[in-house]
Amino acid sequence: MPRPTPFHPRTAELCTSLAYKEWAGCYAVCRYDTYHDREYYALRHQATLMDATPLYKYEVRGANAVDLLSRVMVRNFAKHKVGRVSYVCWCDRDGKVLDDGTVTKLDEEHFRVTSADPSLAWLERNARGLDVTITDVSREIAALALQGPLSRDMLRPVVGAALDDLAFFRAMPVEYAVAGRKVPGIVTRTGYTGDLGYELWMANDDALLVYDAVMESGAPLGLLPMGLDALDVARVEAGFVLASVEYTSARSAFIEKQKSTPYELAFDWMVQLNRGPFIGQDALVAEKQSGPSRRLVGLEVDWNEFEAIYEGFGLVPHLTTETCRLGVPLYQSGRQVGYATSRTWSPMLKKYLALGTVEASAANVGTKLEIEVTCEYERHLATARVSPMPFFDPERKKA
Amino acid sequence: MARTQWDAIIVGGGHNGLVCAAYLAKAGRKVLVLEKRHLLGGAAVSEELYPGFTYSACSYVVSLLRPWIIRDLELPRFGLDMIPLESSFLPLPDGRSMCRWSDAALTREEVSRFSRKDAESLGDFSMAMSKIGRFVKPIIDSPAPEPASWNPKELVSLLRLGRHFSDATVDQMELRMKLLTMSAVDFLDEWFESEELKSPMSVSGIIGTFLGVRSPGTAYVLLHHYMGEIDGAFRSWGFSRGGTGGVSNAIANSARHFGAEIRTESGIERILLDGDKATGVVLENGDELRANQVISGCDPRRTFFGLVGREHLPEDFATSLSRYRFRGSSGKVNLALDRLPEFSCRPGDAHLRGDIAIAPSIDYLERAYDEAKYGTFSRRPYINIVIPSTVDSTVAPPGKHVMSCFVQYAPYDLAEGPSHWPEKREAFGDTVIDTLEEYIPDIKKIILHRHVLTPWDLEQEYGLTEGNIFHGELTLDQMAFQRPTSGWARYRTPIRNLWLASSGAHPGGGLMGAPGALCAKAMLEARTV
Repeated sequence: MPRPTPFHPRTAELCTSLAYKEWAGCYAVCRYDTYHDREYYALRHQATLMDATPLYKYEVRGANAVDLLSRVMVRNFAKHKVGRVSYVCWCDRDGKVLDDGTVTKLDEEHFRVTSADPSLAWLERNARGLDVTITDVSREIAALALQGPLSRDMLRPVVGAALDDLAFFRAMPVEYAVAGRKVPGIVTRTGYTGDLGYELWMANDDALLVYDAVMESGAPLGLLPMGLDALDVARVEAGFVLASVEYTSARSAFIEKQKSTPYELAFDWMVQLNRGPFIGQDALVAEKQSGPSRRLVGLEVDWNEFEAIYEGFGLVPHLTTETCRLGVPLYQSGRQVGYATSRTWSPMLKKYLALGTVEASAANVGTKLEIEVTCEYERHLATARVSPMPFFDPERKKA
Repeated sequence: MARTQWDAIIVGGGHNGLVCAAYLAKAGRKVLVLEKRHLLGGAAVSEELYPGFTYSACSYVVSLLRPWIIRDLELPRFGLDMIPLESSFLPLPDGRSMCRWSDAALTREEVSRFSRKDAESLGDFSMAMSKIGRFVKPIIDSPAPEPASWNPKELVSLLRLGRHFSDATVDQMELRMKLLTMSAVDFLDEWFESEELKSPMSVSGIIGTFLGVRSPGTAYVLLHHYMGEIDGAFRSWGFSRGGTGGVSNAIANSARHFGAEIRTESGIERILLDGDKATGVVLENGDELRANQVISGCDPRRTFFGLVGREHLPEDFATSLSRYRFRGSSGKVNLALDRLPEFSCRPGDAHLRGDIAIAPSIDYLERAYDEAKYGTFSRRPYINIVIPSTVDSTVAPPGKHVMSCFVQYAPYDLAEGPSHWPEKREAFGDTVIDTLEEYIPDIKKIILHRHVLTPWDLEQEYGLTEGNIFHGELTLDQMAFQRPTSGWARYRTPIRNLWLASSGAHPGGGLMGAPGALCAKAMLEARTV
């Protein structure tokens, strides 16, 4: 049985759909109402509050903390300033991605790492001989994602005006003003929605206090709690990969083909090769030279063709409102060149979007591919063009 | 003298004999199975030894029954019904406990109470073991390779096996070498830190062998835990509904459906020989039955030294067979209970629907082995408990339960000699109950009936030489092309027209059915029947 997060007493009260799933051993709300539309629109127009506690969280402290992280991850943290947050992935020695997450530099010798899968053993194994301590705080620290265009206005009364100076992918220590007193925590300007937004970190004991304070502050501006279904639509719009959907961790892959390199996942920008040794470096240097054999791409399905397929059956086009994670093949001139992993209708962009992986030669923006469309149990093809990502990228995200 | 001429007579109605019979009957051959007892199944048997309570007297869980045999013999149609085990529970004497569940997330949760690192490593471990399991599967699903042969067919299959090795990454090669050579404990030490996890995991390395969890070579058997399949799903262990005999009965029903004749209470006195050729069998009642081929479902020693006679065997074969080790090391205690037992460390019943291991520490297990080495049963043994009545209402009256306790170590070779087992039987049973009492304080009050099987009983009643549950130790030196002896691992024997289709042949013991099926296939392929 999954365990409840510290926010459960509140979220359970609000979750009228009773739609939960298990996320890293915790109960996680899929949607509060029967449909997640209201949550999605609130995210894009006002703001939403999501329980992100299940993320795995580790505190890395010590004189060699920066050395450990630079050794384990594909980025070099040597020159990072306190308060910087980085999105990063880490690889095995063959350069195959194990996991992705964020690294926040909280102090000169103090980092916080988040990950999708448990990573304590991996970090410790690579910390031998280093002056560093790694603490698993996954169950000691609660997290909320406050995301959406009005998130800043909602959070300001709770943490103070200094919030206005918090830049994109930066962290700041805060004192949450809750029920007439202050409790400490961290706010990072990060998220998984591609929108303006913040993530709020606090001790479990303070979780409900902060939740209530933010809900109270946000209510007049239209704040809603949000579940994973709406998030899943938003993250495809934002072009974010999801571990176990877009890629399989090298730890859980049965065969080599199931593993991915950072270059295959279009993480090129985060890989810093020319520096001291790090895990997977040799393999990544080699791949950088030869180029990856396949690439993660964004795709836009031609709606007219999609509609025509349904029209052929006397139907209007139909898509589920959730992101579909059933993989389907992608073809180029009749030959399979890859597969789409996540597909979703974007209510903001009014487009049918997909994330997929294709042979490198088919990965250039504008390349015309075909995606499998099953209508009335029959298989058809519709054009899907490789599209620039992120699909949805509002100015406010970084402003 | 009966005049009937059979294509094949199968000696022993254990599950392998029945599988062999079913395959031959399905191929249109006229076959007869002769079983000494009144029940079919050999050690895979259900017995109502106390009114209303059905014991899986010997074999108590099913995992390795080959899926292709289930399909070929249409076993579900003939009554095969498996219920998966839901958990693996470890009670500890200090009031703590650990339960590993079929739900991986739940297991991580439990294990992380002992070690967060171990909880994390569990996934990597089962991934690694599953990958190796995939490599071992083709070996147990086909006849043993013959490494010394230059026959092109043999070379092709050797090459195919070789490819599995050459395809492997360095990591996987390393893992295989370690698995083949290390002790279960040393191997697990490389992955985990908490004793509470390693101890119950390590015991799968010693079941049915006369080795300890720290003895080299025991790591390999860990793999079997990750090769268990039910319905093609890896890593699943299950109860046969109605007891383990349900599997045997389903196979027997299939065999009968395909035309096989099966007789119980028909013990064999000896195998009829004409020179170096088997021509039939002589029953205990003196009847002689003739057949073109004779197939033994008994273990190698019973077959060759018992039913054939050492004097009829080539000396080199007899010599190497005499070196084949049995060394039974386990017993069984079956209990009928008035109600569900309550473990003091964890009340309730959710964790009782799988198996329960009395294996509180590695030292405990090693100490249990120490005693056995010098010819006494363990004062505090390893016990593997299942309570199938928690998920199968057919084996006990409502509210009552049957509890099966597999107990190791109980050495066949007592210091006083194996024939002294009958006088020690009840003391052995008492030891088991006293051990259980440390975890289930009122166990003695709820026992309605007790059935104790010592290695001696397993030999005398079930025909398992020296009480070895696998027809000979499943150690690497007695497997594949060396089972039962080098040169005779392909079900044929030095006696013409006599075949070995039992767990004493490749790929060995456990409720797999593979030796029986592979023997039948070999016979049909060779057109000897």
